[in-house]
Formats: sequence, structure tokens, C-alpha cells
Amino acid sequence: MSILVNRQTRVITQGISGKTGLFHTQQAIAYGTKMVGGVTPGKGGTNIEGVPVFNTVEQAVRETGANASVIYVPPAFAADAIMEAADANLPLVICITEGIPVLDMVRVKRYLEGRKTRLIGPNCPGVITPDECKIGIMPGYIHKRGRVGVVSRSGTLTYEAVHQLSTLGIGQSTAVGIGGDPVNGTNFVDVLTMFNEDPETEAVIMIGEIGGTAEEEAANYVKNHMKKPVAGFIAGQSAPEGKRMGHAGAIISGGKGTAVEKVAAMEAAGIHVAKTPSEMGSTLYKMLEERNLLEVCKIAQ
Amino acid sequence: MNIHEYQAKSVLKQYGVSVPDGTVAFTVEEAVKAAEVFGGRAVVKAQIHAGGRGKAGGVKLARSMDEVRAHAQEILGKTLVTHQTGPEGKVVKRLLIEALTDIKKEYYIGVVVDRATSRVVLMGSEEGGMEIEEVAAHSPEKIFRQVVDPAVGLRPFQARALAYAMNIPTDLISKAAEFMLSLYQAFVDKDCSIAEINPLVVTGDGNVMALDAKLNFDSNALYRHKDILQLRDLNEEDDREIEASKYDLSYISLAGNIGCMVNGAGLAMATMDTIKYFGGSPANFLDVGGGATEEKVTAAFKIILSDPGVKGILVNIFGGIMKCDVIANGVIAAARQIGLDRPLVVRLEGTNVELGKKLLAESGLAISSADSLAEAAQKIIQLVQ
Repeated sequence: MSILVNRQTRVITQGISGKTGLFHTQQAIAYGTKMVGGVTPGKGGTNIEGVPVFNTVEQAVRETGANASVIYVPPAFAADAIMEAADANLPLVICITEGIPVLDMVRVKRYLEGRKTRLIGPNCPGVITPDECKIGIMPGYIHKRGRVGVVSRSGTLTYEAVHQLSTLGIGQSTAVGIGGDPVNGTNFVDVLTMFNEDPETEAVIMIGEIGGTAEEEAANYVKNHMKKPVAGFIAGQSAPEGKRMGHAGAIISGGKGTAVEKVAAMEAAGIHVAKTPSEMGSTLYKMLEERNLLEVCKIAQ
Repeated sequence: MNIHEYQAKSVLKQYGVSVPDGTVAFTVEEAVKAAEVFGGRAVVKAQIHAGGRGKAGGVKLARSMDEVRAHAQEILGKTLVTHQTGPEGKVVKRLLIEALTDIKKEYYIGVVVDRATSRVVLMGSEEGGMEIEEVAAHSPEKIFRQVVDPAVGLRPFQARALAYAMNIPTDLISKAAEFMLSLYQAFVDKDCSIAEINPLVVTGDGNVMALDAKLNFDSNALYRHKDILQLRDLNEEDDREIEASKYDLSYISLAGNIGCMVNGAGLAMATMDTIKYFGGSPANFLDVGGGATEEKVTAAFKIILSDPGVKGILVNIFGGIMKCDVIANGVIAAARQIGLDRPLVVRLEGTNVELGKKLLAESGLAISSADSLAEAAQKIIQLVQ
């Protein structure tokens, strides 16, 4: 098991002929991801990295049987790319693109209503189930197959958490980057629900940051429904109010969305929150020890 | 991106939003000339990118041309300190000279992108002229909301419902609704992230007007709004933040003494947090981004070093897209180019980490290495003491 992606996931790259799309398609193939095609309007009929390229997503899905898409197209065209993938009924669309106008995403979310597509991102590193399927820009080699789920608004902090876990001998079931934008396809509660139901996931690390209330909603879910231990971290303890800290969604406005509020809500829900990002892995490790889950979560040497 | 009140009013006017007549003035003479059409009965308003101008003495009423001159002389060049400017305040370089408005009652209208619903939301309140956060804190029942379906936009019935809820006089409901529809249209057309009319006023002669206007734009959408981009006032921005934006770097000035260069916004925040946790003080937030080139890293380094408050630098990179050797080369090139005169701690992890570390070690530069962020933070804190 695992969530969202596995060995059976057949992936197409939207924007495969661009520099980023091409590079990460190569990386995904090298990792063992089943890359079955690519889409770039005007490049249909060609081959890139041994995968066939199509002019439209609908064609690519029809010809390759793809069930997931990863989007690397530039921000001005990314909203359209997501809608095209949804129109082709792809069950999973992962949008890596950073810098999509927020009102474009408001329209995308409306478009996705009533459709079967799950969107991950945008402005995210992607999703990886170690040793099975890597979709996105994360460095594959730091991940180890295992039983801890990781979900995060930040790319590099996800790598930090994964790296710490792997170094401690704790593998990951799936690592999901939900992205740093204020309007995104999938939130913490969605991913926590999937991890909660996944028999292979024993525990979760959740990494949030300032801005919005997604962490508070997640804490509420954990309090009422989560059967598995959750450790966490919130970035932005030292961030000033009213300044956008890189991510479009990372802003404290009107005194709302502070790290203090989020940490308090998470701790009240029984989530152990790491004091520094260097302790994300060890914080979860201690929880696993306390609940006798360490043995089952340790990577077989 | 923020713009001035007079610019916001001019944008809104194009959409049919009613605003008082007014002109911008950069000098006292221009201010006096602008007030002539009003016979000296004008309001002199400081134009800075911050709220709370009135309380700080940046808004004055004049009843004569002499008073206009006196107020303009007083406010132009003055440093206004408000709750939004920080203790250093902001120097006034522009004035808005505006017709006096016969105010009967003040209201509040705001438009935002609501994260919880992923939709545009209109907020209205009868409590105009106050900070909306204050109203939300002590009487949240006085704030009314309408959530907009992006497929059809704000509907007139929603605008009317909001106007009724706000207790706008019955004979002015349709004028208020028109006002809201125009405001919403401007918000969507121009990719605003915040539009705030505080106060919205009902006037003695039965008009509904924006007495103040604040527009904030989604920087990710500015590529399709060249007209808005021209309204940017560099005087209102931090010099290093301007320089950073030229290289597409995400940089924010802070008050501390440890410069930070990090890849990824989350990790950049976490790096600042860690410095603070161990008793240090970060001088900036800086995310060099995903596809950063050596040129970008060099620029980032120069910007950090141009801050005289910076006593040492912490570079923290976890290589995903960005490879550690690219960072290493950028750091080395920049350090050589400007002459590294302050302590530097580098912590690399991820793609090509060994190559990156090797490049740094063989550079002949005085660079301390660290394996974890906690270790790196403690090292640099010690070095700047």
C-alpha cells in the first residue's frame, strides 16, 4: 500500500519539452517511475526520452492509459493545464509550477468541483512512494521505503524531514508536498485522512507554516479521528506580520495565521511539535518508541 | 504589490467606483494649485504605503488656500510613524489634494481571496473607519460576508443583501450594490489580492463613495497588468528588496545580524527560526528558489553583504532541483568577487552534496562547514559574537 502513487501509477508529463519538465522526466525514469508519455502542444508525434509526446492530454490518456499527470508548464499556462488534465478525467494531477496567479487557482478549484480529479499542489515538490513511484522534483535517493507518512506545505522542509527519518533508520510510506500557495488542490486533512486509512502507514509527520488555518483544521481532524501518532513542525516562528515569506500563502495578516496559534492547536490535539527543524525526525522517533511502533517502522537492514 | 491611495482611486474610477475629485501633488506649489478648483476647501492627505495616516497627522482639512499651503508644507517631507510603518516611519513625498466630502455615515467594504473556501469573499460592516481586525475581535457579528462563485461572479442580489445587512439607507441600496459590483469587477480584472474601502461613505447629497482606498495586487499576476506595474513606487520599498526582485529572489529585510541564504521558503523560515531558537537574530529572509543559477546566487550573496548590519552569514541548502555544486560555485564566485570579510557557515545537503562540499573545501576561502541546521546555526551565532 501507500497513498496516491505506487508501482501501478502511469504518469504523463505536461510540459515535457521544457527544460524543467524534461530534466525531471529523466529523473523520474531513472528512479523507476512508469513514465508513459508527455504533452506539449505542437510536439505531438515526437519522442522525448523514449516516451511518446502528444498534443493534448486527452490524446495522451487515450493512447497510453495514463492515470496521473505531472505539470511543469509556466505559471501563465498552468491553470489551463490543470483544467485540461481534469477534462481528460485523470484521477491524479500533480502541479509543480510555482507562481500561478491566485485568481486562476480560484477558477481551477471551481472547475474541479464535481470532477473525479484530485489535484496536488500547485507550488509543491510532488509525491513519492519510495522505491515505487517518484512524481516531482524531490531528490529520490534520500527516501527509504517504510511506514511513516510525510505531508508538508514546504518542499525543502519535506526533504529535511525525510532525510532525518532515513538517517534514523525510519522509512516512509509516501511523502506528499501539498504546496505553499493560498489556494491549493489538496489540504492537510485530505492527506491525513488517506494516511489514517492506509494500512501501511503507522505514523505521520506534518509540516506546516504560517498563514491560513489549514494546520488548525488538521489539528482538529487529528484530535477527533486520527488513530496514528503525528509529529509536526511549523515554520515561521520568527516571521514578521504582513510580510509574505516567499510562499504566496505564508503570511500573517490581521494577527491571524501565526506559528504560535498553530503550534498550540496541534499540541492540544496530541501532535508532538518539534522545536527546531533539526528535530522533526527525532520527535517522531520518540513517539514511535513510546507507542511500541519503532520495530515495525525500522527499515530492515 | 501595493500602490498609493490616489492610484487606487484612479484604478477604481475606471470601473465606475465613485471617489471624491482629487489630484496628486509632489510639491507645495502643486498642492496649492490642485486646491484652487475646490476654493481651498480641501483635504490634504499624505500618500504613503501604510494605514493609520490620520492618527499620525498625515491627513488635514483645509478651509482656505492659506491652510492648504500650511498643511502641504507641514506634511510633505515629514516622517510619518504609524502602526504599519514600523518605528522608523516613512517620509511623505506625495500628497493627495481632494475635495471635502459631506460625510453622513461611514461603512467598511473589503474584498479578499478567502483561503478556507478558495473563493473571493466580500466583507461589509456598518463599523466604518475602524480597523476591521478590531471589529472582528470585539463584534464579529457586525461583519457580513458574501462568497462569490467564480463561474458567475458577484451577483447583484448578493451585493444588495450585503448592503441591507450593513444598514445602508434604503434609498441608497442600489447605489451601494452598484458600488460593490464595480469594486468586485476591478478586483478580478486587475488580480487584486486585497481591496479595502475604509471608510465607504454615504454623503449628504445621497452618494456612495470610497473615501479611502487600498489595493494590493497579486505579484504572480503582474505579468498581465503592465499598467499596474507602472504604479510601483520604489521609494516605498526596501533598497535590498528592490535589488533582490531584479533577480527574482525572494528577500525580506529584518533587524538582526545573521544573513541567511536558503533554498525554499519553508526552509528559509525554519532557518530564521532556528537562529532565533539558539539565541541569534536573523538579518533577513532569503529564498534563492528552485532553478537558481550561479548568477542568482552571486546576486543573493551581494545583497546580503550589502547590509552593514550583517555580521555573519549562514547558507543552508537542501538540494532538490538546485544542486549543491551550483550553490557552492555561486558562493565561491561571490565571495571572491566582493571579498568575503565576514564569517560564513555553509550547510549543504542533497543532490551533489559531496561535490559541493569538495568545491568549498578546495576554494581556499574561510568557510566553516556544518552537517545539520542546528549545528550551523550554533556555529554562526558563536562567530558573530
